[in-house]
Amino acid sequence: MNAPAQSSARNPFGGEKNRLRSADQDRILACAHDLGNGLVQSDFHVPGMHCAGCLRKIEKGLENLEFVDAARANLSTRRVTVSWRPDAASGVALSDALTDLGFENTLFDLGDFAGDGGDKTAKRLALAVAAAGFGAANIMLLSVSVWSGADETTRQLFHLISGLIAVPVVAYSGRPFFASALGALRVGRLNMDVPISLAVLLALGMSLYESLTGGEYVYFDASVTLLFFLLIGRTLDHMMREKARGAITRLSRLAAKGAFVLEADGTSRYVPLSDIEPAMTVLVPAGERIPVDGTVGKGSSDLDRSLVTGESLPVPIGVGDAVEAGTLNLTGPLELRVTKTAANSFLAEIVSMMEAAEQGKATFSRIADRAAAIYAPAVHLVALATFIGWMAFGSGDWHTALLVAISVLIITCPCALGLAVPIVHVVAANRLMKHGIMIKDGAALEKLCDVDTIVFDKTGTLTMGTPRVADQIGSCDSGTAGAIAALASQSTHPAAKAVAAHFGDNTTTRTVTEVREVPGSGISALIDGREARLGRAAWAFGILEEPEKTANVAEGMDGGDVVFACRDGSAIGFALKDRLRPAASETVKALTADGIKLMILSGDNERAVADIARSLGIDDYRSGQTPADKIRTVEALQADGRHVLMLGDGINDAPALAAGHVSMAPSTGSDVGRLAADLVFMNERLDVIPFTRDIALRTDRLVKQNFALAVLYNCIAVPLAVFGFATPLIAAIAMSASSIAVVANSMRLSLGTRFAIDSTSLDGSDSKSRYLKRPVSGPAPKPTAEQPA
Amino acid sequence: MTNLLLLIPVALGLGLLGLIAFVWSLKSGQYDDLDGAAARILEDDNI
Repeated sequence: MNAPAQSSARNPFGGEKNRLRSADQDRILACAHDLGNGLVQSDFHVPGMHCAGCLRKIEKGLENLEFVDAARANLSTRRVTVSWRPDAASGVALSDALTDLGFENTLFDLGDFAGDGGDKTAKRLALAVAAAGFGAANIMLLSVSVWSGADETTRQLFHLISGLIAVPVVAYSGRPFFASALGALRVGRLNMDVPISLAVLLALGMSLYESLTGGEYVYFDASVTLLFFLLIGRTLDHMMREKARGAITRLSRLAAKGAFVLEADGTSRYVPLSDIEPAMTVLVPAGERIPVDGTVGKGSSDLDRSLVTGESLPVPIGVGDAVEAGTLNLTGPLELRVTKTAANSFLAEIVSMMEAAEQGKATFSRIADRAAAIYAPAVHLVALATFIGWMAFGSGDWHTALLVAISVLIITCPCALGLAVPIVHVVAANRLMKHGIMIKDGAALEKLCDVDTIVFDKTGTLTMGTPRVADQIGSCDSGTAGAIAALASQSTHPAAKAVAAHFGDNTTTRTVTEVREVPGSGISALIDGREARLGRAAWAFGILEEPEKTANVAEGMDGGDVVFACRDGSAIGFALKDRLRPAASETVKALTADGIKLMILSGDNERAVADIARSLGIDDYRSGQTPADKIRTVEALQADGRHVLMLGDGINDAPALAAGHVSMAPSTGSDVGRLAADLVFMNERLDVIPFTRDIALRTDRLVKQNFALAVLYNCIAVPLAVFGFATPLIAAIAMSASSIAVVANSMRLSLGTRFAIDSTSLDGSDSKSRYLKRPVSGPAPKPTAEQPA
Repeated sequence: MTNLLLLIPVALGLGLLGLIAFVWSLKSGQYDDLDGAAARILEDDNI
């Protein structure tokens, strides 16, 4: 199978490979951190590492190189950090060494380092948890002594020490809540942090006053323990979100953030995307994405436009044709004359459409905020009523009345309410992440519960986006099959890959020489010395000595289908079809059974869309849709009061994704698509949709149960507090008990669901991803293309 | 009472020590790669 491939002698750009490598060196150096002492630090993304053996192999392998000072692999982020001496060797050697060790790798671009800001928040939260934990433990130690009956002076000493610990701890650990509460109040709204902050501060203030005046009851333990519990919930929530965000951004880091610009003197250099100007000439090797809009100046190729327009089949392009940023150059190197800067390109237009759609959307108020808006005023009214009641009917002494009123506020502090949502969401996000579904926005799960309409894109969303051989016209023996497989494996064109996969189990070894890839036509080579072609029908038939023998094959051929022909033999046709995602029809059935309206919006041609729609049983479909059409349809549906879940992968879907009530995108899609979506799934299977919806509905149910538990707790605790029985001990027991009940209830989400999906095809790295760029420099160059004569 | 004067600072000091140890471990990046730490325990020679 792995026949030696011989590169063609002629190269349209002459010496292209060496120039690219020297430019790669520039790119690596440009992205490196200077550590001083002649050392620099480079980061590589290595998606393939997954165990202790890989870590060790990479670190040992790199450290054995003379010019490498140290190498450290991070399994969580799949990143390898290397410090090395740039004067002793080239950075390309590092990438080559990693490739030789068996790990595909890409360089981290300059901008990637800026994205680590989220880490700091996580650290700040962890420090706040630690401080609150320290405070809670020590204050509790002193409080327990008081509750077990410490006498007058000892009690006062313990109260004062507790206060000394509590004040700095609350001031430090409470900041996340105070900041959020202030932010909400400033815009005239109430969120859950308002009653929380108020209770914590009131408890602290009242306890300070009491301990200084020798009072009996102080609530330092309540206020600090409360912060501790709530901070744990918040930190877990943040870490979860950060993990999901990291997994998603890791996908986009594989895309190029610059391009090779051809200078007037014939040399090329790597230029960041933002510095590329119109009229520059950009080199795009086969297998890379087009970085900016332009016209082809030299070369020809096939272009995979599926992410941009939704067309499922690659289109041939030649000199003078316009190409859009974001399309994938498949078969031949291209020289592009840039027509627009990156900031004005097609992609930028899409981004501005996305922003417009985002702004047009009604603001969604989260369930916790809605609950807080009812809860906070209610609690404050009860406290006020308590104060008035004690003044009127109680002792009439304002000090006692105030103490009781504050104790009502403390005991009703929504500790359980504050945990009700984040804990369930953490469990849900964890569960989804195990199945390769990342939640970008916490509100997404709440929004999913309202969904009554699902709009699908076709190419890459309902389908895999890669064609498969659906039918073989004409038979072949195993020898011919081996020859076809050997030839097909020489190309990265999706059609050739489909044919190669079709004969995947054929292991006949063939010698393939003089491989030529002819853009727009196909691939030709000498197989064991016999000339053979695989490609478009008319071109492949061209070499046949007796074409009349293959009339039956020619009849059955369609535009996108390919033919294998051997000069002295016969021809075999392969009908290609995009294949549906696994479990697509089950998904459609399950969703229809749940009463959800389904719809397809595709940029592809009528026939391809109708075909898919019919095979899935979706009646409502539209073909030939532009991004503007898609957004209009989604907005019209929502204007009718429907809640749309938009699913799409392409650049053309991005505005509709932003417009939808909630949106999902596959990880194999475009950067912009993933950016616009609320959820990203790395699973191939389409039943992630009912699964996610099921989890969302259960999350909603559990959140509501948690609220009910919190209300029940208040029904018991509030009367106690109102009548003045809420001693610090009772408050501590009641508040902890309610928090534990809520957390325990939330854990139930990790138990079974109605849908079980297969998680075997998962890997955060998704090695089959269409987005995986070739390594910075591979050791085995693909056969370079030759211009058609 | 005198034993309290000794015990309370000791208790607080130990707590503080734990807090400082945690802050140090966080700042020195020991929680940066939790998956990697779990995997590295299987290596024999990398101490």
